[in-house]
Amino acid sequence: MADFWQQYGIPFALIVVQSVALIVILLVMIAFLLYADRKVWAAVQMRRGPNVVGPFGLWQSFADLLKFVFKEPIIPAGSNKGLFLLAPLVTAGLALSAWAVIPVNEGWAVANLNVGILFVFAVSSLEVYGVIMAGWASNSKYAFLSALRSAAQMVSYEVSIGFVIVTVLLCAGSLNLSDIVLSQQSPYGLFGWYWLPLLPMFVIFFISALAETNRPPFDLLEAESELVAGFMVEYSSTPYLLFMLGEYVAIVMLCGLGTVLFLGGWLAPFPVAPFTWIPGVIWFVLKVCFLFFLVAMVKAMVPRYRYDQLMRLGWKIFLPLSLAMVVIVAAVLQFWGTGS
Amino acid sequence: MISALFFYLFAAVLIGSAFMVITVRNPVHAVLFLILAFFNAAGLFVLLSAEFLAMILVVVYVGAVMVLFLFVVMMLDVDFAELKAGFLRYLPVGVAVGAIMALELIFVVTAWITAPETIATVPAQAEDVTNTLALGRILYTDYVYLFEAASLILLVAMIGAIVLTLHHKEGVRRQKPADQVARDPKKAIEVVKVQSGRGLS
Repeated sequence: MADFWQQYGIPFALIVVQSVALIVILLVMIAFLLYADRKVWAAVQMRRGPNVVGPFGLWQSFADLLKFVFKEPIIPAGSNKGLFLLAPLVTAGLALSAWAVIPVNEGWAVANLNVGILFVFAVSSLEVYGVIMAGWASNSKYAFLSALRSAAQMVSYEVSIGFVIVTVLLCAGSLNLSDIVLSQQSPYGLFGWYWLPLLPMFVIFFISALAETNRPPFDLLEAESELVAGFMVEYSSTPYLLFMLGEYVAIVMLCGLGTVLFLGGWLAPFPVAPFTWIPGVIWFVLKVCFLFFLVAMVKAMVPRYRYDQLMRLGWKIFLPLSLAMVVIVAAVLQFWGTGS
Repeated sequence: MISALFFYLFAAVLIGSAFMVITVRNPVHAVLFLILAFFNAAGLFVLLSAEFLAMILVVVYVGAVMVLFLFVVMMLDVDFAELKAGFLRYLPVGVAVGAIMALELIFVVTAWITAPETIATVPAQAEDVTNTLALGRILYTDYVYLFEAASLILLVAMIGAIVLTLHHKEGVRRQKPADQVARDPKKAIEVVKVQSGRGLS
């Protein structure tokens, strides 16, 4: 029995502790990022934003959480009850599970998978099911139309995200996220990270990430002027909270993925003394916050796309562009570079 | 021991959900059970330490193919009475196909006993390369022409699907993005100085 504990019990307990620590820190961070999102949005529109709960309104997200939890969950009579309640769980659970492979510091990943990037890609391609199931199970025409829209949108933009990932993989020569970060280590620091040599791909990744997570200007599935509130119309209380949570976890996860792929993960921007003393996890969090700030600014500044424009951008512009970049990068690595 | 436990868990859920796919009434539920089945198959791949195959199974089948499946099933108005009408007519064909597949499965499973040499010739997994690298070598180095031929077939199928569904109707007004981008305020609006009390006549 002692042998059994040595072999399985302790590693298992370690993984559980790591996962719980990651999720707790992540959710607290997201509570404040949500607040920051609203503050940025308000600042652009010259409003004050949330400023009532706590100093500067800092506890606003926690007040919202309590409000959602204490409300009554209403399940429509015509809905498919099992799927109706499963959908938010799928959304939130999948969004959180992708974080298992994101390395926040050297060796700091809950699961250091050899195919880490594929795991993230697989999980983010599954997130569409939460939306489809919610839209279908609600048995409401607005929710259903929105689910169809979002399914088409997410599948379209996944293609270009896939090609962006392929180009980074070609440069890094590994599917392991930690190896991808380490391959960006160079004496040039910040200018050796992949955002500079692969700048077009970084832009495509950022825009596709907005579309993949249904952020403005691509939030067509909850376009309130056309579809009331999209697939979430029938949801209230905790299930709605889970959708919101899943959405923000997915956004922060894609910011984290962008950090790992293009902004050098936990690496310091200048590989010299005062910068390298700061622990890598702080650099990682700062970079994620920077990308999230960009996402928030886009929400505040850009008007919503029309649906045919969205599809055109995905299929007629991003797909050929990213496909061409895959070929160009592969050719450059083959003939001039040191591709592994 | 733990891996055996997980094997039985994945296998049991896989068989259970596969059974549910063909027994549940609601086609949407059937598709969702099929997704669960794929997921557990991916779990079995992971246990075999073929993690690349597992992830690709999830990305391709669950992430893309099943979404389209679900799309179609949700849009279809399935009439169950009509489906059951041909049951007796198609029964012999169905039974024949099922029997052949069952027989083949039995042959595969009993190969351990009847033909142990086929299993013995399977090369052992190389220790120094990851299975992603090994698959890449086989597909893109050893069998690159066959791989190219297979992708050409897929391309033909794709073009075929587009040709079959693309109809250019005459007299339909379409969005012209170039025109929309080229529009500027000078062409679109006119600023008029209106005298108060008189308005535009």
